[in-house]
Amino acid sequence: MDLQTTIYLVVGASFSLYIGIALWARAGTTSDFYAAGGQVGPVMNGMAIGADWMSAASFISMAGLISNMGYGGGLFLMGWTGGYVLLAMLLAPYLRKFGKFTVPQFIGDRFYSKSASTVAVFCLLVASLTYIIGQMTGVGVAFSRFLGVTSETGIYAGMGIVFLYAVFGGMKGITYTQVAQYCVLISAYIIPAIFISIQLTGNPIPQLGLGSNIVGQDVSLLHKLDMVVSDLGFANYTTSDAGGMLNMFVYTMSLMIGTAGLPHVIMRFFTVPTVAAARSSAGWALIFIGLLYTTAPAVAAMAKTNLLRTITPGVVMGNADPYAADSQLVYEERPDWMKRWEKTGLLKWEDKNGDGRIQYYNDKSKSDEFKAKAEGAGWKGNELTVNADIIVLANPEIALLPNWVIALVAAGGLAAALSTAAGLLMAISAAISHDLIKNVFVPDISEKNELLAGKISMAVAIIIAGYLGLNPPGFAAGTVALAFGIAASSLFPAIMMGIFSKKMNKEGAICGMLAGLFVTLFYVFAAKGIFFIKGTEYLHLIGGPNSFFGITPEAFGAIGACVNFGVAFIVDKMTPEPPEHIQAMVESVRIPRGSGAVTGAH
Amino acid sequence: MDDSGKAYWSATLGLLTKILIVWFLVSFGAGILFAPALNSIHLGGYPLGFWFAQQGAMYVFIALIFYYKKKMGEIDRQFDVHEE
Repeated sequence: MDLQTTIYLVVGASFSLYIGIALWARAGTTSDFYAAGGQVGPVMNGMAIGADWMSAASFISMAGLISNMGYGGGLFLMGWTGGYVLLAMLLAPYLRKFGKFTVPQFIGDRFYSKSASTVAVFCLLVASLTYIIGQMTGVGVAFSRFLGVTSETGIYAGMGIVFLYAVFGGMKGITYTQVAQYCVLISAYIIPAIFISIQLTGNPIPQLGLGSNIVGQDVSLLHKLDMVVSDLGFANYTTSDAGGMLNMFVYTMSLMIGTAGLPHVIMRFFTVPTVAAARSSAGWALIFIGLLYTTAPAVAAMAKTNLLRTITPGVVMGNADPYAADSQLVYEERPDWMKRWEKTGLLKWEDKNGDGRIQYYNDKSKSDEFKAKAEGAGWKGNELTVNADIIVLANPEIALLPNWVIALVAAGGLAAALSTAAGLLMAISAAISHDLIKNVFVPDISEKNELLAGKISMAVAIIIAGYLGLNPPGFAAGTVALAFGIAASSLFPAIMMGIFSKKMNKEGAICGMLAGLFVTLFYVFAAKGIFFIKGTEYLHLIGGPNSFFGITPEAFGAIGACVNFGVAFIVDKMTPEPPEHIQAMVESVRIPRGSGAVTGAH
Repeated sequence: MDDSGKAYWSATLGLLTKILIVWFLVSFGAGILFAPALNSIHLGGYPLGFWFAQQGAMYVFIALIFYYKKKMGEIDRQFDVHEE
């Protein structure tokens, strides 16, 4: 069977599975729709959180980023998993005890203020919408790469599938579909990694393979990789950090706090039956997420090794001189997978010194010693450009794995993008139908009409997300960082203070959220333009790029969170205490006993 | 808040503090601040600081959440505020 047919079969089978589950798990009540009836067990919920969390970016791009950044890429790994420790201990159990459907509802009730909840709705919508653009483009990329259709057709197909199971199934349909999607995406990630680990190190467990010796040599994979990349003028793989130690520290912190504050993740903890189940859900979620996240660094380093092995075989698998002319691959003899990926434009070769061989090295190296060697070898600049996304997508082809594995990777990429998109749509629709329509505009809406409003707002959100995916604004890439920045600087501190400080009042919380949000946006917009519009950057006003102790805009959320906490405490001291019944409510949220079903009622 | 409620809350905060210290030490400590120093030690083929940043911290995070869940269950029972 040829590759194209296999891919159609595997992807088609996975889609029929999702639709079948959706038909089986239709939502009949608002409680089904927003919180899956509050009856999902911790293991299932953990799996659903895993699928919800691991987006097209985690599945397709993360390993590529780590592969380019080396050690510094660890900030994504620690940041995106460490946040779950904060979530499990500081937010999830208490929000579950509180027993409402949405994050803005908690903020509105705890700070006895519709303005507070409206600020939270605004933050939630911006964070979720920016996030969803990336998912929709991810669906388009996966479709066009593997199914040979245009990116537009891919996005329409993706919208149709999500519509079917999210609108009819609500949180209930989404949760059970996500369990299936998790299984698809994790096997699609791990199976190729196992094969590659065996090929390179003889160890079938990638996490151990990364710490083993290369097959047939008495040197560890990482050490060999370090030697080869530094011979080619790149920074040492196991020590190159991301913009200095301080920036890496703050960046990691921002991702952790942002992870804990992202509303579409927090919402998942409303679907479990008890407070104890909320605690263990977070643990199970992290096991399922950790399975992919601990495999990713192995995929990253091994794919890099494989790429270098393809181009300079003798240097990686033996001890050939990297600067000798016959060490580099002759372009005409390149393997088939390179030819296939050249067609997509993600891989490019340009023969700068006209020797017909591929030179892949860091031509921006500042080391004089390396520059002299490169010049001595007759190199005239780096000749190969490799898009980071190839690392995962072409991985099975580089390792010459059978067609069904390639088909599985296609289905996995689609599962990752679709499941995250569905979770985000759920958060958006709940914010509109529950927090805006029911709590602000039409308080006496019937349950039936609220359910209808929820479904309509989800359908509208799908159309908007699809539109943005089809016409991605120029700033699409920069916005995921913005989503984390907003969650870290506004939502996380407000929720945390709502639980851990009994005396925090509405003035403090609102000023804190606005201050954190403002500072973060101010710093991000200074570098990237006001609302990411080109030409409106104002870096000169803040004294040049990364002027705040060398911290990059992506890493700024943690600073915004500090501002939020600081402002909130100062304003809180100057304004009256919250009323008695609010303080009593905080006390009752802190103890597990009496956790009823999630109702969302007032 | 009555005395038992206060004691329950301070027991909870005590547990959280302990866990957050470990959480900080494995990621920001071993994975970032002390990573250059730890890299001279090797764990199999892994330099230790690199291992913490790309593997070890995550394993410890998982263990921390389950430890938290177990200990919190004990505290709940001790102060008789657990769910039925």
